[in-house]
Amino acid sequence: MIAAHRKQPLWFAFALHRVSGLLLALFLPAHFYVLGLALKGEAALDGFVAWTDNPMVKLAETMLVFLLAVHMFGGLRVMALEMLPWSARQKTFAAAAAAGAFGVACCFLLGAL
Amino acid sequence: MASDETIDVEIWQGDAGGGDYRAYTVPAQRSQTVLDVVTWVQQNVEPDLTYRFACRVGMCGSCAMNVNGKPRWTCRTHVSNAGDGPLRIAPLRNLPVIKDLVCDMTEFFDKWVGAGGVFKPSATRDDPMPAIDPTMTERAAASEAIECINCAICYSACDAVAQNDAYFGPAALNRSWSLINDVRDAGKTERLTAAAGIGGCFNCHSQQGCASHCPNLLNPTLSIAGLKRAAVKAKVRGEI
Ligand code: SF4
Ligand code: SF4
Ligand code: FES
Repeated sequence: MIAAHRKQPLWFAFALHRVSGLLLALFLPAHFYVLGLALKGEAALDGFVAWTDNPMVKLAETMLVFLLAVHMFGGLRVMALEMLPWSARQKTFAAAAAAGAFGVACCFLLGAL
Repeated sequence: MASDETIDVEIWQGDAGGGDYRAYTVPAQRSQTVLDVVTWVQQNVEPDLTYRFACRVGMCGSCAMNVNGKPRWTCRTHVSNAGDGPLRIAPLRNLPVIKDLVCDMTEFFDKWVGAGGVFKPSATRDDPMPAIDPTMTERAAASEAIECINCAICYSACDAVAQNDAYFGPAALNRSWSLINDVRDAGKTERLTAAAGIGGCFNCHSQQGCASHCPNLLNPTLSIAGLKRAAVKAKVRGEI
């Protein structure tokens, strides 16, 4: 249950930024593991790359791309808010960050299929 | 049971040690405010119900309460706009309760002083009055932030205040920003030092809960973003 005082679009933008950051941090060990495979030699990495052809893995990768994009666009939004002259269009920027991330993830999925 | 003629309301009562909601049925009236409802209960059912108000027209900032989970000015909040379901009225969040709907505002005002909220004159009464051009950029920024009624609604809505006792909060920093833009003021360095310090502007997460609840439509997040830029600049230049 989300408390009543938090139910406003910019709190949701804040929450999405936090949650995407946490999930990306959780993903980091997996990322380093794959890099480790590359160091081990071509065969180990090729085995992994073959596994990523699985459609479920493609979907998970799309989710990951969305998280990366939404965290990056959200971060740029907050930096602009804090370091550039104020704009009254804060909600528009937050919506654009989410929509942009969704677009990037869709492009990735279309490219991967 | 609420009907067209009555309103169901639950009002929190207790003190710093704890308390609970009590339910009442209040006669409905046209254009009835949440403050009218509390007053009816106090005058007709619960004579020791404790609450604060003064002006009843949105000037004094003393009637703020938590209404259905959101901090509101109760004298200007119509029951019809208070949100869905039965009316639930509680004291403001983030401030210690004295009794029932009355909070202790001491820390709220102490933080105004801590953030440098007191005007520091750059001239004496014997100097000539400086001419202030209302259209200049600094004055426009100061005026934009100045109509604060000290209601603590933003303070109560702020999650950064809830998480960090030291944080000055949106109202105090909004005040600081209006003084930083006041060309007659001589306290900018102290004020920016406080803004860059432990209770200062860098605690703010920019989620804009303050701005979305301020009844006077002020934007403390804008002011705090201004402080962040000014504090970074002053730090880089070695001024603070
Ligand atoms: S924008 Fe900053 S000051 Fe305003 S409610 Fe959020 S954390 Fe608090
Ligand atoms: S900034 Fe707005 S919400 Fe905060 S104390 Fe002032 S008038 Fe109240
Ligand atoms: S009683 Fe003065 S603002 Fe509500």
